[in-house]
Amino acid sequence: MGVVLVTLIVLPFATAAISYVVPLGVSRTLAVASGAASFVLCLTLIPAVVVHGHVQAGSELRVDALSAVFLVATSFLYMATAIFSAGYLHLAPGRSGARYGRRFYAGFNLFCWAMLAAPLMSDLALLWVAIEITTIVSALLVAIDDTDGATEAAWKYVLIASLGLGIGLLATILLYYAGSTVFGSAYGLSYLTLLAGAHGFPPNVMRLAFVLAVLGYGTKMGLVPVHTWLPDAHSEAPTPVSALLSGALLATSFYAILRFYQITVRALGGTYPRTVLLIFGIASLLLAALYLLRQRDLKRMLAYSSVEHMGILAIGMSFGVTLAVVGVLLHVLAHAAAKGTAFFGAGSVVRKFGTKDMAVIRGGVGVLPWSGSMLVAAVLALSALPPFGLFRSEFLIVAGGLSVPRDAVAAVLVVLVTVAFLGLGWSTTQTMLTPGPVAVQGPGLPKGEVSRWIVAAMALGVAALVLLGVHPPAELDRLLTHAAHELGVAR
Amino acid sequence: MTAVPVPSTTAGVDEVVAVIVLLSEFAMLRAPLLRSQVRLYAFQSLAVVALAVVVAATRHVGDLYALAALSFVLKVVIVPAVMMRLLRGTDVDLTGSPVLGAATMTLIALGVTAFGFFAVGSLHVHSKLLPSAALAIAVAVVLVAFVLIVLRSDVVSQAMGFFSLENGVSVVSLVIAAGLPLVLEVAFLFDLLVAVVVFGIIMRVHHGRAKTLLTDDLDRLRG
Repeated sequence: MGVVLVTLIVLPFATAAISYVVPLGVSRTLAVASGAASFVLCLTLIPAVVVHGHVQAGSELRVDALSAVFLVATSFLYMATAIFSAGYLHLAPGRSGARYGRRFYAGFNLFCWAMLAAPLMSDLALLWVAIEITTIVSALLVAIDDTDGATEAAWKYVLIASLGLGIGLLATILLYYAGSTVFGSAYGLSYLTLLAGAHGFPPNVMRLAFVLAVLGYGTKMGLVPVHTWLPDAHSEAPTPVSALLSGALLATSFYAILRFYQITVRALGGTYPRTVLLIFGIASLLLAALYLLRQRDLKRMLAYSSVEHMGILAIGMSFGVTLAVVGVLLHVLAHAAAKGTAFFGAGSVVRKFGTKDMAVIRGGVGVLPWSGSMLVAAVLALSALPPFGLFRSEFLIVAGGLSVPRDAVAAVLVVLVTVAFLGLGWSTTQTMLTPGPVAVQGPGLPKGEVSRWIVAAMALGVAALVLLGVHPPAELDRLLTHAAHELGVAR
Repeated sequence: MTAVPVPSTTAGVDEVVAVIVLLSEFAMLRAPLLRSQVRLYAFQSLAVVALAVVVAATRHVGDLYALAALSFVLKVVIVPAVMMRLLRGTDVDLTGSPVLGAATMTLIALGVTAFGFFAVGSLHVHSKLLPSAALAIAVAVVLVAFVLIVLRSDVVSQAMGFFSLENGVSVVSLVIAAGLPLVLEVAFLFDLLVAVVVFGIIMRVHHGRAKTLLTDDLDRLRG
């Protein structure tokens, strides 16, 4: 199985390099093929991980149940976004030039490569390097449209995210110092080594390292109060990049936090890291829910919804029981599918109506029968309505919270999620389901989809959401339970 | 209260270099000329390189010589050169904080330094190798870099703030994690190199669109 890991590291990188030299049509096909192949490869890892506990290649590449979850989420979105981009880029007015396409596909594949590489690394310092590469590549992708808004968003993003990762690096170095009290001054920073010795780490240093890790990687994950780059970057980036940022990048940073969590729980017990995550989680959920109530920009609305869901993940981890942690990991998968689909739908709507302003867009479903309806479905999924995957995951999280019992936190969670649902649901039904005045729809907006590729990508996302919600495969259930145990959950 | 041991010469050198790094951070904070800010960064990086050499020699970590050489090329030569080149194409050279004077900025930075110093002191990090004062000073460098980024309002100062924050982190890593494998250190440096290029590209794009290095008009996206 080790060869699968090596292929996952090589394939997207090679695709990125080739995309820079071949014609646009070829790179479009290559991206879809590379995305689909990566997804299939990640799926083949699941049975192996469930049976053997881990898959390893050399000393640096290692996949256990926890990393497998994030690999599946990222590779699924890689595939879906590649399909979406095939339809989206083709129609870009004035930008279908070969230069833009070359840059886009090289950056796109490189971005996915870095996000797939992060969970493959067994060394926490290399994990940091991979995440820093995601920042650098995606900042260029945010700026690629070369508008005033894109430039502003890219500057804020690259500056704030780099500063966050500077703090993340400080956390990694403190962790190394904590380890050196047990292993001596020269050793490798593999999480396996660290987990083995975590009992002896100095508690004060571990506390500081964990808080800095949550603050640093939390900047990229979009936790309040260090989320400020997120709505700008998500709304100004080209839509395929927004989908990847929201569905995969935030999760990748969450993965880094989970590795620190795993080690900190071994070193200090669960109370301290859970409290830290609870504080950041509640703050994120509260602020995002309030912003969702008054948002007019379609893509910014979806961005704040990402902040909301990252808050839910943090709160879910703070419950610290198997039920809730399995819910959190399922949430990562379902959120990737739902947010990808929602952004694809938003891309379709923005292309059709030529605006992101939800006060102007009316009658979306009438004009875009397929992508419009699936956008509504994705937003309902994001609001955790059945039969979608996020209903199941949030249900597990809340049930976990009630079993601890932390009723008060679970109640706050439910109330804030409902507030967010009001905001999301109201705006979306207004824009998509209310028939618009003829003047707005205008003669220039005939009924019909923007591209079949977009519909195909969205259908893939909705199918995944329904599968996760109605009947998740048994292998997946086992994978999530394994991962929860790896995270040191007691019951 | 335990007796405080007399610091060794090594610890003394570490601390002196850390103080030099911190002082140059203060100088960067108040330097109104962007060119002198870049030069101060080069000087600060030189101090970090010197620290790497001292640590390599006194603690017998041979790898650190290689790291010092690479850091010198990257942080003392390449980064300042990239920034100077960017400045050459622009007419803005004199900037400051739009809200606060140099004295107020320095006072805030002093407060932040004191906070960092005592916060780290209260951690009780003990080690035979570790001069904890140098660690506390290095953390203060990181905090002052944040003050610089928050208070200065032009893209060059903000980028220099980030690079000097990285210098602070380097000092932390030299004083408490000198044994960090060389391959990782090189990966960090490579990363910094790519970051410099990307910062440069986005700064160029910004200057091309806005005809200024100031960040005043980067306020369209809100809510």
